[in-house]
Amino acid sequence: MNIAVCIKRVPDTGTRIRIAETGDGVETDGVKYVMGPYDEFAVEAALQLAEAAEGGEVALLAYGPPATQEALRSGLAMGAHRAVLLAGEPTMDGWATARTLAAELSGWEADLVLFGVKAVDSDQQQVGPMVAELLGRPCATAVSSMDVSEGVATCRRVVEGGREVVEMTLPAAATITKGQYEPRYASLRGIMAAKRKPLEQKAAKEAAVELVVEALEYPPPRPPGRILGEGPAAAAELVRLLREEDKAI
Amino acid sequence: MTARFEGIDFYDVDALLSEEERMVRDTVRSWVEDRVLPVIGKAYVDRRFPKELIPEIGELGMLGANLPEEYGCAGLGNVAYGLIMQELERGDSGIRSFASVQGALVMYPIHAFGSEEQRAEWLPKLAAGEKIGCFGLTEPDYGSNPAGMITTARRRDGGWVLNGAKMWITNGSMADVAVVWAQTGQAGDARGIRGFVVPTNAPGFSARDQKGKLSLLASDTSELVLEDVELPDSALMPGSSGLRSPLMCLTQARYGIAWGAVGAAMACFHEAARYAGERVMFDGPIAGKQIQQVRIADMLTSITQGQLLCLRLGRLKDESKMTPQQVSLAKRANVDMACNVAREARRLLGANGILAEYSAMRHMANLESVYTYEGTHDIHSLVLGQAVTGLAAF
Ligand SMILES: Cc1cc2nc3c(=O)[nH]c(=O)nc-3n(C[C@H](O)[C@H](O)[C@H](O)COP(=O)(O)OP(=O)(O)OC[C@H]3O[C@@H](n4cnc5c(N)ncnc54)[C@H](O)[C@@H]3O)c2cc1C
Repeated sequence: MNIAVCIKRVPDTGTRIRIAETGDGVETDGVKYVMGPYDEFAVEAALQLAEAAEGGEVALLAYGPPATQEALRSGLAMGAHRAVLLAGEPTMDGWATARTLAAELSGWEADLVLFGVKAVDSDQQQVGPMVAELLGRPCATAVSSMDVSEGVATCRRVVEGGREVVEMTLPAAATITKGQYEPRYASLRGIMAAKRKPLEQKAAKEAAVELVVEALEYPPPRPPGRILGEGPAAAAELVRLLREEDKAI
Repeated sequence: MTARFEGIDFYDVDALLSEEERMVRDTVRSWVEDRVLPVIGKAYVDRRFPKELIPEIGELGMLGANLPEEYGCAGLGNVAYGLIMQELERGDSGIRSFASVQGALVMYPIHAFGSEEQRAEWLPKLAAGEKIGCFGLTEPDYGSNPAGMITTARRRDGGWVLNGAKMWITNGSMADVAVVWAQTGQAGDARGIRGFVVPTNAPGFSARDQKGKLSLLASDTSELVLEDVELPDSALMPGSSGLRSPLMCLTQARYGIAWGAVGAAMACFHEAARYAGERVMFDGPIAGKQIQQVRIADMLTSITQGQLLCLRLGRLKDESKMTPQQVSLAKRANVDMACNVAREARRLLGANGILAEYSAMRHMANLESVYTYEGTHDIHSLVLGQAVTGLAAF
């Protein structure tokens, strides 16, 4: 079974984001980048599926600046077999990103294309389903665990109040969320082996951008805390405020 | 959620590391964060080495990581190896000691001085953490001066018989195999000292936990007794020749310790800097008080110096240009630095600083062992003194 996993290079979740002076992007200086945490779940899922199938190839695909190689290497160190980097500058236009990725993937023979459910920087959750649409494949989203047998992928999804099980015939696509998949550590031998695995870089055939970010703003500062009083006497007022002002209860 | 540990990197030392070195460091860092930090405080108080971590330490390839891949090792460069030690000791000196002993004092000599059979038999299992090793050099009456050791190895029926006692042996009670150094000639003859690979289930071999420690509590420190331990000829490491062989092992281990000390110091600094920002006294965070800022500035300075020292040493080692005296300098300087940082961090934390819930006092107590083992601070002073003056003052 051949599995493609699309990964994105994103700022480390611990990074403090500062808006750039231009006002429509973020300051990139001093930002540490990593593979998207949800993409790590997708890589883990792909590796487990390939292991269960006792064969097949896990190939990584990323669209991003050349420095994205580092994120790809960490996926190779986890155990993926090869990687392709479409060098370019993805924007916040998920549709453009999806078309760029799909143009490449249409030449691949992947039984499954996996994505993280979202990239933690843009948080749009678009690219996976859009690529699936462009490739004419069924797509299960926010999958927490899955397995494949006889050309059918069975995906489990956590939905409000329960669990949903969906089946799709291959070739198919899925976006993976945190669930059963605990990304493995790249072993140190894996890191050494990753150096020798193929990582092909080529210029992305970038699709035209039709959506642009106009402005970014910081969230409003949190209002200072209020002390309502002390002991049981304050409880009634607290309940009243939670009910009437915050509508929390 | 508290921010993940990002290391201390005031001089952008990261830019001097290769991508692969950073990846190794980050992997071990996350592993320590996820697996060691949640359990180490309790293990320490319970005086227990967290053995349950060994399979993962092996699986990730942290044991003998700079030895070749053909024996199941990771085949890393020496800077990556050093970074592993740094991150492990950021967790606890006991965890780093375990890995140092296994890698530098057991796997290294078997690789460097052992026969091909010894390598093939032991290295893959030691690398995987399936077998545990220890290194017996120190004796009750021969610490800083191992040349005088009285543990003997004598010929009998084409094999060897070992008699003697070894003290302060890390991993001693849990080891499957011991690299034991013994005198094959006359007492005091440094050239007569040879190394033996001794399975710990050999009749006459016993190990006893060292009771009463107040340092390195999450580590197995034991006494070994060898009473007429009969070994085949093949137990001798054929390449071992005199005291210089165990000293070569110590150079390897000390190299890792120089890095490890930086990790322990980083842990203390990280904790102290955060605590200073949160602890409010006299209407403001203590981080805003000048005395605490001096403390923090001193810690940052010495950690940065230690970091650069290690990196340069590692590059020299990769070029096979590193001398034992350079290692002495780094072990001596960095462990002393870490002792000071840990103590100052502990003081900055006030009463909380004496709790096992924080790491400063644990590191502070641990580092006193590190100060003493692998050549005491004083002995390394004498090594450097001799290097400069040409006069041996031991
Ligand atoms: C936790 C722990 C783990 C250890 N693990 C191991 C292990 O796995 N394997 C192993 O073989 N050993 C191990 N050791 C032993 C360690 O290497 C020795 O303790 C060390 O070499 C010092 O020896 P000593 O304790 O006998 O001190 P001594 O040699 O008796 O030294 C006592 C004091 O005298 C000083 N001194 C000694 N000689 C001189 C001199 N010529 N001039 C001036 N001052 C001098 C020393 O610096 C020290 O301050 C371990 C020790 C500890 C504490």
